[in-house]
Amino acid sequence: MRRAELIVIGGSAGSLQVIMSIIPAIGPDLPLAILVVIHRNVDFESSLEELLSARTRVSIKEVEEKDPILPGTIYLAPADYHVLIEDDRTFSLDYSEKVNFSRPSIDVTFRSAAEVYGKKLVCVLLSGGNADGVEGMLYVKEKGGGVVAQDPATAEVPYMPQHAIIRMTIDFIVPAGEMPAFIKGLVYLPPA
Amino acid sequence: MTAAIRYEEMEILLNDLFTRYGYDFTEYSKASLLRRIQRLFSLDKFPSFAEFRHRLQHDPQYFRRFVEEVTVNVTEMLRDPSFYRTLRTSILPVLATYPFIRIWHAGCSTGEEVYSMAILLKEAGLLHKSLLYGTDINPQVIEKARRGIFPVSQMQKYSENYIQSGGIKDFSSYYTANYHLAKFDGSLTGKMIFSTHNLVSDFSFNEFQLILCRNVLIYFERHLQAKVFKLFDYSLENFGYLALGAKESIRFSPIADRYKQIGKEKIWRKIYETG
Repeated sequence: MRRAELIVIGGSAGSLQVIMSIIPAIGPDLPLAILVVIHRNVDFESSLEELLSARTRVSIKEVEEKDPILPGTIYLAPADYHVLIEDDRTFSLDYSEKVNFSRPSIDVTFRSAAEVYGKKLVCVLLSGGNADGVEGMLYVKEKGGGVVAQDPATAEVPYMPQHAIIRMTIDFIVPAGEMPAFIKGLVYLPPA
Repeated sequence: MTAAIRYEEMEILLNDLFTRYGYDFTEYSKASLLRRIQRLFSLDKFPSFAEFRHRLQHDPQYFRRFVEEVTVNVTEMLRDPSFYRTLRTSILPVLATYPFIRIWHAGCSTGEEVYSMAILLKEAGLLHKSLLYGTDINPQVIEKARRGIFPVSQMQKYSENYIQSGGIKDFSSYYTANYHLAKFDGSLTGKMIFSTHNLVSDFSFNEFQLILCRNVLIYFERHLQAKVFKLFDYSLENFGYLALGAKESIRFSPIADRYKQIGKEKIWRKIYETG
């Protein structure tokens, strides 16, 4: 059985609710790291960190450059920066051009995570109104990682997961309501 | 699109460039650099790494393009308005007490931040006794900075930033719009000096009361960051200020204990204890 060491969850319009439902399903004994990359308005600043922290005892942290990626932590991509992953499993931030009109771009992070984590990576694409994340997900697959999409029928804005499903064979298509249990199952595998 | 350049190949390339041109990218953050190099590689449709490498080694013009494309040149005027508000309210009044003000924008790209600063200085009545140095590794962006011509399409955003930063004039009074271009006022440009400068290898060239280096250090590895922090430290007068990007900090640097942060913004003041 394959154990993930990093889960990257990407989402855009309509994804926040799903993320809010996933967070309480995860306990402080989280054995891997989770990174959440969602498109958000710069003007809302860091309120997301507080919003999510209120729902869990797991440590929630907005990514700072050169932070080591540690199990037991849920990381959030900061507004207006791309998040990349270095060979030594630390984060770096990047303020280059927007990709798919987005910064942070989900494509950029999926791709960079795949480069370093390969088969130890699982990527999850949630509700959203553009195709950001799909190209990155293709690369994750190429590198042997797992790919998961929210069932478009249960997405507030189905475009993003729909596109992923059209472009590749998705390992798991999960309805919004079952996403918390699914992620929990992914995190807490039975002992090897 | 698949990854055409691997980490190991990038290392080979970086060594080549250092030997051939003296440009040292070996201490740049690798994930970001790899992404930029891969982007260039597919943009220019190289069939193989070997051909890419050969071209870079033998065509200095192409190496110029490499520097232009691989370094990040995204910038805007008055980005993070609250940062500029703090400059207006807390930093400029202190700088006003100096007979002559020297400011260095390190890694200024196309110069938007230098023009932002000039506007602030002008409004504080300090521009006449100020000199703003803008430097960047990339000669092409420096040329753009010198011209002071930016797309009109950006002006609405900049005008909003300007108001949020505490500006009370009409932002459009600072430029003349001509079709899709906005040319900034010559009275601003007159106080600026632009030059190419490589933070990796170059030494201190002056003493400043304020150094700004925003969203540049995120592209450097820790060791290179430390080197650059030392360069800034040598180049700052005592009680001078160092300003960084929203996600950067001097916290883990060798100079941290001699600097005090000003409020919540990423601005630190150099304070050498005496006695």
